[in-house]
Amino acid sequence: MSSGQSEFATQLESVRNEGLKALEQAAMPEQLEAWRVTYLGRREGKLTLAMRGLSAVPPESRPVVGAVANQVKTALEEAFAARKQSLKALALERMAQHEKLDVTLPGRPAPMGRLHPTTQTIREVTAAFTAMGFQVVEGPEVELDEYNFELLNIPKGHPARDKFDTIWVDQLDANGDMPMLLRTHTSPVQARVMQKMQPPIRIIAPGKVYRYEAVDATHEWHFHQIEGLAVDEGITFANLKATLYDFARRIFGADRRVRFRCDFFPFVEPGVDMSIDCFQCKGKGVIKIGNRTEPCRLCKETGWIEMMGAGMVHPRVLEAVGYDSRKYTGFAFGMGVERIAILKYGIDDIRHFYTNDVRFLRQF
Amino acid sequence: MQIPLSWLREYVDVPFSAKELAHRLTMAGLEIGGVEHVGSQWEQVFVGHVEAIEPHPNSDHLKLATVNLGKETFKVVCGAPNVAAGQNIAYAHIGAKLTDPNTKKPTTLKAARIRGIVSEGMICSERELGLSEEHTGIMVLPADAPLGISLGELLGDTVLDAEPTANRPDWFSILGVAYEVAAITSTAVREPEAAYPESSQDANSLFRVHIEAPDLCPRYVGALVRGVKVGPSPAWLQQRLTRAGMRPINNVVDVTNFVMLEYGQPMHAFDFAKLKGHRVVVRRAGQGEVITTLDGQERKLDSSMLVIADDRDAVAVAGVMGGANSEVSSGTVDILLESASFHPINTRKTAQALKLRTEASLRFEKGARPDLPPLAMGRAVQFILQTAGGQAARGFVDVYPGKRETAPITLTQHRIKQVLGVEVPIPEMELVLFPLGFRAQRVPHHALPRETPHRDTTDVLHVTVPPWRSDITIEEDLVEEVARIRGYDAVPLVPLSTPIPLYQPNPARDLKEHVRDELARCTLEEIITYSLVSKEDHEKACAPQNPVLMGREPLKVANPLSAERDTLRVSLLPGLLKTLAANRRVTEGPLNLFEVGRVYLPQPVTAERPVGLPDEREMAVAVLFGPRTVPGWRHDEGIEDFFESKGVAEALIGNLGLRLAVDAANAPWCAPGHGAAVTANGARIGFLGEVHPLVLEAFDIDAGPVAVLEIDLAALLKVVEAAGETRKFKPLPRFPGAWRDLAMLLDREVPAARVERALHSNPLVADVALIDVYEGQQVPAGKRSLAYRVLLQSPNRTLTGDEVSEAMAELWRALKRDVNAEPRS
Repeated sequence: MSSGQSEFATQLESVRNEGLKALEQAAMPEQLEAWRVTYLGRREGKLTLAMRGLSAVPPESRPVVGAVANQVKTALEEAFAARKQSLKALALERMAQHEKLDVTLPGRPAPMGRLHPTTQTIREVTAAFTAMGFQVVEGPEVELDEYNFELLNIPKGHPARDKFDTIWVDQLDANGDMPMLLRTHTSPVQARVMQKMQPPIRIIAPGKVYRYEAVDATHEWHFHQIEGLAVDEGITFANLKATLYDFARRIFGADRRVRFRCDFFPFVEPGVDMSIDCFQCKGKGVIKIGNRTEPCRLCKETGWIEMMGAGMVHPRVLEAVGYDSRKYTGFAFGMGVERIAILKYGIDDIRHFYTNDVRFLRQF
Repeated sequence: MQIPLSWLREYVDVPFSAKELAHRLTMAGLEIGGVEHVGSQWEQVFVGHVEAIEPHPNSDHLKLATVNLGKETFKVVCGAPNVAAGQNIAYAHIGAKLTDPNTKKPTTLKAARIRGIVSEGMICSERELGLSEEHTGIMVLPADAPLGISLGELLGDTVLDAEPTANRPDWFSILGVAYEVAAITSTAVREPEAAYPESSQDANSLFRVHIEAPDLCPRYVGALVRGVKVGPSPAWLQQRLTRAGMRPINNVVDVTNFVMLEYGQPMHAFDFAKLKGHRVVVRRAGQGEVITTLDGQERKLDSSMLVIADDRDAVAVAGVMGGANSEVSSGTVDILLESASFHPINTRKTAQALKLRTEASLRFEKGARPDLPPLAMGRAVQFILQTAGGQAARGFVDVYPGKRETAPITLTQHRIKQVLGVEVPIPEMELVLFPLGFRAQRVPHHALPRETPHRDTTDVLHVTVPPWRSDITIEEDLVEEVARIRGYDAVPLVPLSTPIPLYQPNPARDLKEHVRDELARCTLEEIITYSLVSKEDHEKACAPQNPVLMGREPLKVANPLSAERDTLRVSLLPGLLKTLAANRRVTEGPLNLFEVGRVYLPQPVTAERPVGLPDEREMAVAVLFGPRTVPGWRHDEGIEDFFESKGVAEALIGNLGLRLAVDAANAPWCAPGHGAAVTANGARIGFLGEVHPLVLEAFDIDAGPVAVLEIDLAALLKVVEAAGETRKFKPLPRFPGAWRDLAMLLDREVPAARVERALHSNPLVADVALIDVYEGQQVPAGKRSLAYRVLLQSPNRTLTGDEVSEAMAELWRALKRDVNAEPRS
């Protein structure tokens, strides 16, 4: 062994011993990285520097010495990897032991915006009908008597006007009549659409309506309705039933039972009152509380909840907008939006809707 | 309308329970709101006779009554002012089950000593029996009521509470309901008959009827009965009326009411002796003519109203109420009966104007057919003779200027199929129509005129409508009869299969819904407020100077529910601020609210166009107030202000792909120096800013700021439509960029927007973000410091260090030149 050879080997040995010792001191990831640069760094690392001594070794001894150098390098690298591994394990241990979170602390509130329950309900209902080929249209809220009543077969002095307590706009026409009102239902949209378009018609018209009505838990003077209208050759009462039945399944669940009974609205003939089975008593009219049986108040013991008015469009309504009522038939329906939300969510007082208490709005 | 089952059964068999009947009628269109079993709760209550009345020894107003039940007598203390010897009354024995007048719950009568005297039971008022609210005196029973029978036997019944629809005056009659029952059960009604002896004197020779207003009175039928004895009605008649909810008065009036309830035809009886000139004149009232009606009220009439008059005075308001001057009283000997037909709308207007809606006007205003009056008159004369005696003059005086031949209505199977979607054979139609009282003639198809549609295939029915069905005028009305009596359940569910109409775009609604979603995404909460506000709130929000009004007054309603709701809003701000103020009381905030809704802008009125619908403009308005985040263990400091609402505008307009510009300007509600006009692609679309402190004060909001964003959706829609599709794909940068910061000092008055323009003037600047704004002691007075972070990036190469340095130097030169900015060391 030449002197160059042994000197080089000794140097390598000392790098190894020193390095392994220093490695034990490295307890943090950054110390570990600093150690790697110090010992294994490609340009300035101690091993690299030591390897420069290889040039002093006679060529015939180089393979032997080279093998030693490789051993030292491998030893340092393996020790480094092992140390890295154990430090990681240690860090995880520490995370579990000392940095444990109190997971029951409240989360930081994610800011949330939301839509009014009326808007949400209108969207649900219109989505149900757009899926059936209906298109959304809107009409004015301040209406003419002509559209709100007369074109809908409710002439002046008709007793059916009693059902529509009206808020009138304080403006007189040339005859001294008050022709402007806040629409009492969304039905005037029917006449407006039919005046503009020819069949086939399939529309849905959501919007605000107004009644001259004292406000209490079940009555508001300001609420929303959704009107529907389908007119074409060959549309029948059987189609109306299927359409509303489908709607009830979409909005209230597929196990819903639906009832159609005769009712009167001047702009349809035959007229329908559509009900669905009571949410509370499941159509039984009574509810069981413990082993007592109590009358169901929600449906007034009838087992049914009125959902909307509907019917086949009255021939006079079709004729009034210039349609041939012998050729075209159609159906129309109208429902209260708040009523749907009240039933779905069990809201006990309609006044909540437009009081806009955020504690109410945030429930939906 | 109360329908006693005992009365209904006179005309038709009811083969099922009251509950089932109620259900069947409801399904067919006559809603039954309730079924009441009258008297089922009474126990130990009997028909008694007051033998004698003595004063109570210890009281001025109490009396001692001796009540005879036939086998026993009892001494009863009674305080009612109307108790008198000779009356038949309802006597409650000790232990009787009654109704507590206050709680309406069943109660048991206990023995009581009243002022020292033991009362052996009680004489009942209607209220104590649960019959009505009447309690000013005891209930007096008919004189021929059998003594000692239980009151339930005399008065008990099952009564349906029917809620007739506005088109069915016949449902305000027992007979009308009987035809429904007959149709539901496929049976026939036992029609009432009128048969009575007549005197030889022709009614037409005894009085005359002149109809001066045939437009308002198509038919007037009069009859005369002489020598009647007016007095109480017999028990059966009184019971019929009380169970149907009417109070017995005397035999003549009771008969007219009975017939009205039976047929739905209102009637009236005049004291013939009080009709001057023995004439009935049907005419319009004189302007200001006065009549005292039967309720004792003096009423001033106008010339739109119809009256019944004699030679001189009005004796009744036609179809509404009789006059006191011709009232039937105990001294009346001869009576003239009226059974007429009056114009529905005119009757309704008169009743409304006089605020006098009576059983008669209720029926007339729904339109009764003019062929009903003689039918009802026959019944009335028969019962007058039966209950009040006298002699009927021969025949009626029947003046019928409105007589018109009504052709039968043709009902075809084709139309039924076309409307209902089901085939109904002719025998099935007949099975519906006959029990309802229709007559129908089947016409074979080969006998139909050649031009009849669908003649080749089907026979048709020629249907004659019964006198009481004024609602049936067209074929579809008959289609409904067939549908409802067969039951809507019999119609199958058939999904729509007609073509789906061509799609019609509705960009205004799409934008409105998009804005709702965007504002909710910006963490705002939607509210919906009333469209009517008070004039005061309208003015508080500075709306009088609102430029959208263009100097006009907002629309007012003629009959406001309250002063709070008399003005159609021209701004959403009052509603939002009121809601904000109310919610401050229940939450600390943040309160970020928005509303998307309409304002109602009055349109110019001219002589040619005195009335015009307002411009209903959709607005989106947001208000932001309070801490920026919910107070909590990790919340941010800071409160909502101008820049919060501007951030919402940036998100909203930016996400639409439009160019937002915000320039200092003041909306009427803005705090000075804290408002700005909002433009998108150069067009004005709204305002944003902080609300004026005085406006906040007016709405009871004692802390600020409240930041507002107000967008006119109609204006925004125009910009959106002009811009078209704004989302165009841009290739992603292929080469890395370098972020550099520039901290600068410049005059306070220089708007940040100018600085940003200067930065963007360099083509290598790909992005600019303001990262700091500072004013204060660290900078000279009149100056402020801004710090920007810019991204320098080239689309076609990686920039070298030198290029970046050169670009930075260039940026500083531009800043110096354009906004006189110096680097801040």
